[in-house]
Amino acid sequence: MTKLTFLNARLVDPDRDEVVTGGLVVEDGRITRHLPRDAPRLTSGRVIDCGLKYLAPGIVDLGVKVCEPGDRHKESYRSAGLAAAAGGVTTMITRPDTDPAIDSPEALEFVARRAAEAAPVNVLPMAALTKGRAGREMTEIGFLMDAGAVAFTDCDRVVTDTKVLARALSYARGLGALVVGHPQDPGLSRGAAVTSGKFASLRGLPGVSPMAERMGLDRDIALIEMTNARYHADQITCARALPALARAKANGLDITAGTSIHHLTLNALDVADYRTFFKLKPPLRDEQDRLAVAEAVASGLIDVISSMHTPQDEESKRLPFEEAASGAVALEAFLPAAMRLYHAGLVDLPTLWRAMARNPADRLGLAAGRLSLGAPADLVLFDPDAPFLMDRATLRSKSRNTPFDGARMQGRVLATYVAGAQVFEAD
Amino acid sequence: MAIMSFPHRHLLGIEALRQEEITTLLDLADSYAALNRQPDKHADALAGLTQINMFFENSTRTQASFEIAGKRLGADVMNMAMQASSVKKGETLIDTALTLNAMHPDLLVVRHPHSGAVNLLAEKVNCAVLNAGDGRHEHPTQALLDALTIRRAKGRLHRLSIAICGDIAHSRVARSNIMLLGKMENRLRLIGPPTLLPSGIAEFGVEVFEDMAEGLRDVDVVMMLRLQKERMDGGFIPSEREYYHRYGLDAAKLSHAKPDAIVMHPGPMNRGVEIDGTLADDINRSVIQDQVEMGVAVRMAAMDLLARNLKLTRGTAA
Repeated sequence: MTKLTFLNARLVDPDRDEVVTGGLVVEDGRITRHLPRDAPRLTSGRVIDCGLKYLAPGIVDLGVKVCEPGDRHKESYRSAGLAAAAGGVTTMITRPDTDPAIDSPEALEFVARRAAEAAPVNVLPMAALTKGRAGREMTEIGFLMDAGAVAFTDCDRVVTDTKVLARALSYARGLGALVVGHPQDPGLSRGAAVTSGKFASLRGLPGVSPMAERMGLDRDIALIEMTNARYHADQITCARALPALARAKANGLDITAGTSIHHLTLNALDVADYRTFFKLKPPLRDEQDRLAVAEAVASGLIDVISSMHTPQDEESKRLPFEEAASGAVALEAFLPAAMRLYHAGLVDLPTLWRAMARNPADRLGLAAGRLSLGAPADLVLFDPDAPFLMDRATLRSKSRNTPFDGARMQGRVLATYVAGAQVFEAD
Repeated sequence: MAIMSFPHRHLLGIEALRQEEITTLLDLADSYAALNRQPDKHADALAGLTQINMFFENSTRTQASFEIAGKRLGADVMNMAMQASSVKKGETLIDTALTLNAMHPDLLVVRHPHSGAVNLLAEKVNCAVLNAGDGRHEHPTQALLDALTIRRAKGRLHRLSIAICGDIAHSRVARSNIMLLGKMENRLRLIGPPTLLPSGIAEFGVEVFEDMAEGLRDVDVVMMLRLQKERMDGGFIPSEREYYHRYGLDAAKLSHAKPDAIVMHPGPMNRGVEIDGTLADDINRSVIQDQVEMGVAVRMAAMDLLARNLKLTRGTAA
């Protein structure tokens, strides 16, 4: 029996409202005991004195893009796994928007095998909701669940045919499957590169009103009401969508919502002079939207924060803004960026870890994401105050398109553990 | 190092210019306008320098204007029609820029269909870059030539009431003009159907009108914009004829402006769509031909100033 004891840690427990000092005992990869602040040093097994640094459940990241199959040069399971470990992400929930899409049990098995071989962290795949993410026929949701799919999504391709979507939602409900939607009206947002407004007009870039997100969410909510499906909105990024989400929850619909760490920490003006690393989908919003979304995370209205890790190679980004690809890598920047919310006083640490670990785990039926007895010892040890300058050249991802390049960050991962085994230690 | 009155390496947009820098440039352009009316039009401000015109989007007028401006100042001018070249073979904008940069040009004049593309290119080359229009972003020399035309016609470039009419949402000319005329402290009115007005317009510090008669009331200057053919049918406006009826400039609509108001158009004009043909040719009201003339002078001034900075920078480096 392997035994590991953490002492002298500030425990960020998503099931409590405050950070407490104490320790944990890990046996055979699971948390088996909580220790009080002044627990005597135990002699058996390995003992780690955390020196009053912070110990929290590893991040459960819902919506990571790994570019296998198709674009392994952008990100492989190996590189993504190393980046995740370095970022304190112990479970990656991967997206099916690869080339080809993960829309068959065979493709899913390939992905699961690659992940098991190459990634040092847990990988749980999502599968496409419709074949080829084309929005016409639903995938073999049952077989895909048997093969290990934890949720179904066409990612940023919205299923425009509501009859197709209604049937897929009904069928998924019959199997208890979770459907992850991308709330965005595809007509209104067609061709947009940024959020509409003064900045978009000054830069001469095609913009989309945040209303497109609310329209997409309203449509999806109506279909959930009709089908009783289990639904998660991948990214809610603007204030106008929040009342609809609150009403849907109050009405007892089985709906949760996420947002991205970038939309919580950056705004539309960060694009500045056409910096393509800040081109995201949906685009970055105004500051008042950012603050409203951060407040919704703090209140629990928005359940989940994701990295929406989207690797793009240099060639895809070194283009005029309208032509450049969307998305940013964030596995390694996730925790330091989240610390900006903590240091700004917008969201406290236990709430952050509910959004980054426990809630996504709960939504997917995973035991991870918490410090309770019996939970897997997927842990991250971090220092929320350690300052550093983000240098994208140091990233472990094969693609280094982070908007935080050159930014002053505060908060570093010191060590990461998956099932009690150390998978990362800072230099 | 750069000359103090115009401390810029590139001319990418009006946004980066200050009021007094605009005045410096227009003063110099005035002297070139005088030169251009002489029998001998030659100066040597750009002697020995190489100017490359890279147009990723078709343009006859602007390209000719830049070419004449460069030649009158003694530059070696080369035109590259980018649609016909390696762009078709899949070369990226940055590779094209690096290839040209290796040939040591001194002035690069660039037009591109995407907003921000000229900024991107300017980051990658060692020479001075002039934006000849990028997407819907900026067209600085057009705004400067409009400003010079107004200044010469009205005797000043401040405290004028100026209306910009038409497709403002898709117009780089409108953006550069809004910025320039705002910096020079004029009252701006934007007139157009809501579908052709940009988002966030309420924050631009301008007055917005949807009705021409109301918007043109007592203005000193009427600037018409070109309506692109692809926007005419159903998408943004119902039809060409409805647009002409409501927003096309004719004598009746112009009668709401001041009696001595001037009429401008960046060209090429759609006669009978945004402007009445007779009005466009009325030498008492229309300054459209003066705009073309001032275009050469303004481009000479802009390239002259950038070349001076280039020489100073290189002198310091050597």
